[in-house]
Amino acid sequence: MIRLVRRDRASRKLAVAAPLLALAAAILSNLILFVAMGKDPAAVFYALLLEPFMTWSGFSEVLLKTGPLLLIAQGLAIGFRAKVFNIGAEGQFILGAIFASAIPVYFPQATGGWIWPAMLIMGAIGGALWAVVPAFWRVRLNANEILVTLMMSLIAVQLLNYLLLGPWKDPMGFNFPQSVMFQYDAMIPILLPGTRVNVSLLLAFVAALLAWIYMQRSFGGYQFLVGGLAPNAATYAGFSQSRAIWLSLLIGGFAAGLAGAAEVAGPIGQLQRSISTGYGYAAIIVAYLGGLHPVGIVASSLLMAALYIGGDNAMVSADLPVAAVRVFQGSLLVCYLAAITFVRFRLVRTKGAPA
Amino acid sequence: MSGIEFILAGMLAAATPFLLAALGELVVERAGVLNLGLEGMMAFGAAIGFIVVYEGGGHFAAFVAAGFAGVGLALIFGGLAVGLRANQVAVGLAVGILGQGLSSLVGNSYESLTITGLPKLAFPGLSDLPVVGGLFVQDIIVWLSLIATALIWAMFRYSRLGLILRAIGENPAAARAIGYRVNALRLCAVMFGGAMAGFAGAYAATVYTPLWADGMIAGRGWIALALVVFGTWLTGRIFFGACLFGAVSLASLVAQTEGWAVPSQLLSSLPYIVAIVVLGIITSNKRLLKINGVASLGEPFGP
Repeated sequence: MIRLVRRDRASRKLAVAAPLLALAAAILSNLILFVAMGKDPAAVFYALLLEPFMTWSGFSEVLLKTGPLLLIAQGLAIGFRAKVFNIGAEGQFILGAIFASAIPVYFPQATGGWIWPAMLIMGAIGGALWAVVPAFWRVRLNANEILVTLMMSLIAVQLLNYLLLGPWKDPMGFNFPQSVMFQYDAMIPILLPGTRVNVSLLLAFVAALLAWIYMQRSFGGYQFLVGGLAPNAATYAGFSQSRAIWLSLLIGGFAAGLAGAAEVAGPIGQLQRSISTGYGYAAIIVAYLGGLHPVGIVASSLLMAALYIGGDNAMVSADLPVAAVRVFQGSLLVCYLAAITFVRFRLVRTKGAPA
Repeated sequence: MSGIEFILAGMLAAATPFLLAALGELVVERAGVLNLGLEGMMAFGAAIGFIVVYEGGGHFAAFVAAGFAGVGLALIFGGLAVGLRANQVAVGLAVGILGQGLSSLVGNSYESLTITGLPKLAFPGLSDLPVVGGLFVQDIIVWLSLIATALIWAMFRYSRLGLILRAIGENPAAARAIGYRVNALRLCAVMFGGAMAGFAGAYAATVYTPLWADGMIAGRGWIALALVVFGTWLTGRIFFGACLFGAVSLASLVAQTEGWAVPSQLLSSLPYIVAIVVLGIITSNKRLLKINGVASLGEPFGP
């Protein structure tokens, strides 16, 4: 009989090794799956995990995807540490995109350097507003934020569809569900010449730095941590739980909204249905895989972004369906959650009554 | 056919995916485990069920296969959340994402294909009644779901098994102390929940809308999770909640036939809006939750 026994102290070595072990396990199990699907495992492995890093243009696309994932995941991780599970970043991202798009949609002729910063601010406000409902429901009505944030995302998708098929549809757009193309001044300036990477990547890294200072170095972050680990102790110490809930959800919504705004004002350049390819859900994986730690999340967002680009590569070169990337992402998180168990527990062989 | 008749006739079939998934989740949560992977388990079951019917296996085999698909994901969930005592929220989300990915992957080459559903069986006599007659003309799965509802109600109300399940959810340490194998029982409950989620998905994809479209479960698993809370962990109330959501999800069809000028997107989001509002109303009544809630819900148990 094998039993789990709690370690006297958490294993630091395993805490660092867990994401790597999880990655290895996920790669192995998915390669088996791809072989079963009749794909060439070597070609898939190369396209999915190596090719994104092989060329500068490929890597710049990885950086482009890193921006939104990093921003959203940093916002979510703050809440996750306080045990506030905002899983509706997808909807907050969409609302950010919608709010930001309002400026170029209603003022398509406007010019000036103020436009793209104003769009980013609008987007962040939009994302935070979408998180007000779950925060209010949780604090005042005692409703589980997991369900409310998720349902707010499903509503956001419908709102986006309504705008794109109705009032915001480009009249010259051959009836496609998309807005007008934004004017030049509504686009975020390019950061790295010759690529699509724009200034919003810097914003994402600034957000990571702020999250690190807040979570690791400030009293406010400490209150969050205690609230998540020991809610009773937090209440005893007078740390307000409703304040932590409001802050978690508003920060998460703010960051996701900012990411949504940066997407429409960046690589996409208009509001359309495919503004989010599941960034809000992928960011949940990014946050956990980074150990809910601001520095870890930088690494995990790069990995997840590379998987997105690698997935596109593998679709072209190895005929792998796009859904395979989602399976890979899901199994990566499953493997990681299994691996981190052993940071705090160890397996012991015992004789006697089973648990 | 008037709007009311239309809703009465279609409500039970529309409610069945919610009902089956929520009944499974009820058993899981009563045993003290929160399975947030429901949506993914339904999606995977739906894809597997559709493929079996499309490839000529028939509906019976489709439901069996979909049940096994759900159990397979439930074993991953249970292995981590119960066996390894991992965070149930995180594992649930992970298995949910995995299930939705697997659903898209296996369903990839079946996009937009159609199959035939199941015939409707009329309850003799009652089906001829005016207005409510439509309620009594349903396919076999709906009739079986009603029986399942009654069985689960009776299990929790009268049987020893129901009592044991409630005990391990309420106070696992005490249940362990009198000799029940808490984690083994929890794992069984999780597997049952997975099978029911698989059936629910199969019903949605092979009977209710016998057509494959990626993402067709469209949040039904999350509504089912909310239903368990609405029903305050009581079978009868969950049944009425499922009927309510079945009726609400027919609103867009009714609006079309009645010619209401409401944006279709508003009607499509109506179930989610209703869910948020009802959730707020029910959960703000803390006494109700305290009486009926599950004390150790979401907490891993280790001796």
